[in-house]
Amino acid sequence: MARIDEYGPVVGQAIIDDLRLLSEKLRGKVVQHINSTSVGGGVAEILNRMVPLLNDLGVDAHWDLIKGGEQFFGVTKKFHNAIHGQPEEITKRDFEVFRETSEQNMRDLPIYGDIVFVHDPQPVALVERKSGNKWIWRCHIDISNPDRKVWKFLRPYVERYDSAVFSAPSFAQRLPIRQFLIAPSIDPLSDKNRELPEETIDAALRKYGIPRDKPIVTQISRFDRLKDPVGVMEAYAQVKRYFDCRLVLAGGTASDDPEGMQVLEEVRGKAREDPDIHIVSMPQNDIDINAIQRASTVIVQKSIKEGFGLTVSEALWKAKPVVASNVGGIPLQIVHKYSGLLCHSVEGAAFAIKQLLGSPEFARKLGENGREHVRNNFLLTRHLRDYMLVFLSLYHPEDIVYL
Amino acid sequence: MDALKRAAEPFRFHTRMNLTELTGISASTIGDLLGRIKTIPGSSIYHHTHRFLQQHQYLSPEPPNDFAYWAASSLGEGELGERLASVDTVQYPTIRALRAKIVETIEEYLRSDPPARKPFARKGEEFHFKKSVSFILPTAFVAYDLRDFAEILKKISIDSIYFHVFEARLRLERGTNDFSLWIESSLGEEALAGEIARLDPYTRTLDNLRRTLIHLIEERIVEDNGADR
Repeated sequence: MARIDEYGPVVGQAIIDDLRLLSEKLRGKVVQHINSTSVGGGVAEILNRMVPLLNDLGVDAHWDLIKGGEQFFGVTKKFHNAIHGQPEEITKRDFEVFRETSEQNMRDLPIYGDIVFVHDPQPVALVERKSGNKWIWRCHIDISNPDRKVWKFLRPYVERYDSAVFSAPSFAQRLPIRQFLIAPSIDPLSDKNRELPEETIDAALRKYGIPRDKPIVTQISRFDRLKDPVGVMEAYAQVKRYFDCRLVLAGGTASDDPEGMQVLEEVRGKAREDPDIHIVSMPQNDIDINAIQRASTVIVQKSIKEGFGLTVSEALWKAKPVVASNVGGIPLQIVHKYSGLLCHSVEGAAFAIKQLLGSPEFARKLGENGREHVRNNFLLTRHLRDYMLVFLSLYHPEDIVYL
Repeated sequence: MDALKRAAEPFRFHTRMNLTELTGISASTIGDLLGRIKTIPGSSIYHHTHRFLQQHQYLSPEPPNDFAYWAASSLGEGELGERLASVDTVQYPTIRALRAKIVETIEEYLRSDPPARKPFARKGEEFHFKKSVSFILPTAFVAYDLRDFAEILKKISIDSIYFHVFEARLRLERGTNDFSLWIESSLGEEALAGEIARLDPYTRTLDNLRRTLIHLIEERIVEDNGADR
């Protein structure tokens, strides 16, 4: 696990000095993170890095998990989908299951933080234990159009917190508590993002049978309709008439996700007649993903819907020119024609890819700008700073705070 | 004049870190935008006229305020976007004055082109009002003379430069930037203070601003050394 000082050469020593100044203001406070899982998923990935780094800075940070059975997590999965606006049938019994498990956790889980930082809806009800300490609810998902029934159920809990934190402005609700915007981040020292030697990149490409003889256009994502892999293939077909290139669609598919398997079969079927299309279905392998991104000429993220879309920041950090849909958090990461190209359609994506393949200098400039934009705004150090500022805001309600 | 004059009162560098607060308020048309701009807190006007500076330290690609960018890119109102982008922020000593100028610019545009009230932002492209919450902290860096000052400027965080140049002048209403204030009042370097005060920091990146400040101060030191010989 990297120490905070190792980030100095990446972001500049002045940034690390500022983080230390800030952490001194939190001496004596205990921060307790609570979520529902220690492995898998973006929240666990962030906390696994964030908590040790906070401690390294001198902030007394801890991480606890709630417990729940299959039934409880079945209900919270339904909540998750409904909050995202997908139709779900949620019964009275579902709400009872949620309450029963929450009450059990309230009895079993010790609450000792001066600041209790609760992540996502699963542990949201724990706030009933609030007594004199400060509570923050961190919502990592898109709640811009939540199912009314579920939101009506969750809202009274959310309103008992001192503050809420969202990843995109459109996720904010009219709430009687303070709401902050904190974008997620990537870790420049992780296997997914660190520099790789050429031999490692070559070896990974050989492993998946992808020759490096032509420009490579890549989309890294799960085989999911919302990531529109079929749309990417259609865009590639339009590009291929003018530029001899390869297309790589790489990502994972959970075996318990029947729709994902269906999408994978569909793209495999379409790819069969073109040896320059490479469909790579792989289990999680951060170094290989990193290598494929680094070997790519253009990276695409043609999602139909997106939470934040951190794969865009991953690609930009590797100074790659990116073509991505103007959805979710993507426009925060790409300013059109400056740090990448935004598109709204298959034709738009195809045109943008052609522009980048045909103008390598323009493509290089976009990639370089993108890397600097990520360095300033989407690295873990900025995320650490924002979290410490939110902690401090709990004790300072004003807009200009002298510390 | 001795450029290395030692000040009785040193300059203490501060840094400023920003947290973005969401208001839950949004606008879909120019009329909505105008109505909200009149009533939102000053911290929100400040956020939407200064966010780009901090987020694009390396190169500024956007019109220097969010209102201009939204009018042009989400509503297709290129002319209004241009008028709003041209609001010369450096001329306004307070957020109140800046707000009044933005309101006047939109109202004038609406009078000259009434159909402009009509376009609606696409779903997902509404304007979301945010606020800047500033945390100001003293750093360990202290300068007694110009040489100290230039050396510290080379290593201090860009947030510190931002604070003393932008935030102190407009948000804390100090009239000019902190650097010019100290250089003039504590070192008596009126000409250098004036040169720094006349820079338009809104048309530079923060990196460029740092380099320019260092250049101006080092030039003054060299000039003085030359005069001494």
